[in-house]
Amino acid sequence: MLYIKCPHCGMRPQIEFSYGGDASVKRPELNKEISDQEWDDFVYNRKSLRGKHLELWQHISGCRQWIKVERDTATHEIFKTFKADEEVA
Amino acid sequence: MQKYSIFNLVKNAFSNHQNWDLAWKDPEPKEEYDVVIIGGGGHGLATAYYLAKEHNITKVAIIEKGWIGGGNVGRNTTIIRSNYMHDENGLFSEFGMDLWRKMSQDLNYNVMFSPRGIINLAHSDAQMNTYARRGNSMRLNGIDAVLLNREQVKEIIPMADFSENVRFPIFGGLMQPSAGTARHDAVAWGYARQADDMGVDIIQNCEVIGFDVSAGKINGIRTSRGNIKAKKVGLCVAGSTNILAEKLNMTLPIETHLLQACVSEPVKPVLDSVVTFGAGHFYISQSDKGEMVMGGDLDGYNSYAQRGNLPTLQHVLTEGIAMMPFLSKLKMLRTWGGIMDMSMDGSPIIDKTHIDGLYLNCGWCYGGFKATPASGWTFAHTIAQDRVHELNAGYSLNRFNTGHLIDEKGLGTKTWIS
Repeated sequence: MLYIKCPHCGMRPQIEFSYGGDASVKRPELNKEISDQEWDDFVYNRKSLRGKHLELWQHISGCRQWIKVERDTATHEIFKTFKADEEVA
Repeated sequence: MQKYSIFNLVKNAFSNHQNWDLAWKDPEPKEEYDVVIIGGGGHGLATAYYLAKEHNITKVAIIEKGWIGGGNVGRNTTIIRSNYMHDENGLFSEFGMDLWRKMSQDLNYNVMFSPRGIINLAHSDAQMNTYARRGNSMRLNGIDAVLLNREQVKEIIPMADFSENVRFPIFGGLMQPSAGTARHDAVAWGYARQADDMGVDIIQNCEVIGFDVSAGKINGIRTSRGNIKAKKVGLCVAGSTNILAEKLNMTLPIETHLLQACVSEPVKPVLDSVVTFGAGHFYISQSDKGEMVMGGDLDGYNSYAQRGNLPTLQHVLTEGIAMMPFLSKLKMLRTWGGIMDMSMDGSPIIDKTHIDGLYLNCGWCYGGFKATPASGWTFAHTIAQDRVHELNAGYSLNRFNTGHLIDEKGLGTKTWIS
């Protein structure tokens, strides 16, 4: 069982959360010309890093907030969690 | 190479089986090869075998970081099927079914292929309708499919829960009678032994640390055991695809996720088909040793760990017990995990890349094992002829760009959602 420290609710078990994927992916800005490649990178292409990975989780059975989690994909160690709009240092 | 036969078995019995040839050699890497296959799993070994057998290309090396058969080919639940609705998946997998049927003779190695049938259970009228549609699509592609009603399912799996007042009553199911299982280790070993005999170098304990690419063309690879020149390089590394792609400055429509499986203690024969639960993700079969072999959902987050987490296992087995209550009485013998190359539409990629001489085979999601022979056969064709075969033409890398997705499960880009 993973334990994730929700920045709003504190330490909670993994089963309260739902995974939302790579948090470093950015949606292309809408008010400018967007190439197919940019859409591809947003919708499909993923680095899927081995090691430190910044990802989105939703505290679905808790406060229902989206949060960012910095986690190691090889050891499952969780380093730090952030609010969704918080800048990741 | 010594042929495996009853006569050789008897002959070797006289010398206490001390004089069998090694099944494959342990060569030092040569300086140069025509083709280097990275990844000594089922798909890599099959690719090398068909390169030698179908295309007469024998100056081939398989580069494996660990040992052959130690990755997903030894970690799967051994299910073989072609019960797909979409043409690309159905025709590709059914071509593979033919190779499975001939495999033991072809490889002179008993892969224990057991066409015991697979049943996908339906738990509502709507689900029966979608199964009827999939079954019809399968039959149009020449794949056997039988729609079973509740009574017919009960005859085949009387141990399942057929009571009326359960959350997911069994309405019927879709069966592919020619589907089944095979001994997964034997598949790896059988391909390895034949490939080795035809001159392929199987190089184990050799990690790829870089690629030698110049002017858009691959010239070779750098490994922990030295540099190897190669005219062509094929990637067959499943869950490690993204790690190698990063070294090539490629970003792929693949995420690596963790999938678990487990077996119970061995029990007397009770289940003679493969059965999947229709209201969740759970599948079960019984091995020749008597263990109930079970699996289901991904753990649900990116992972390279090759070991799982208990909440997912508990969730999966809850579904199993809902379907077959007797499972709750069994003890768990083993659980394990493997890392899956989850593509963004749930279908694989077998294609050329933008780098001349570099070929890609990945994105197998839950279904890599059953694809082993067809994947090897088509990948060998793609590498040898430098063009895709019609069977894997749909499995292109640029389909994500052109919009020709093969979204068999209708999950879109979130193939890891359970």
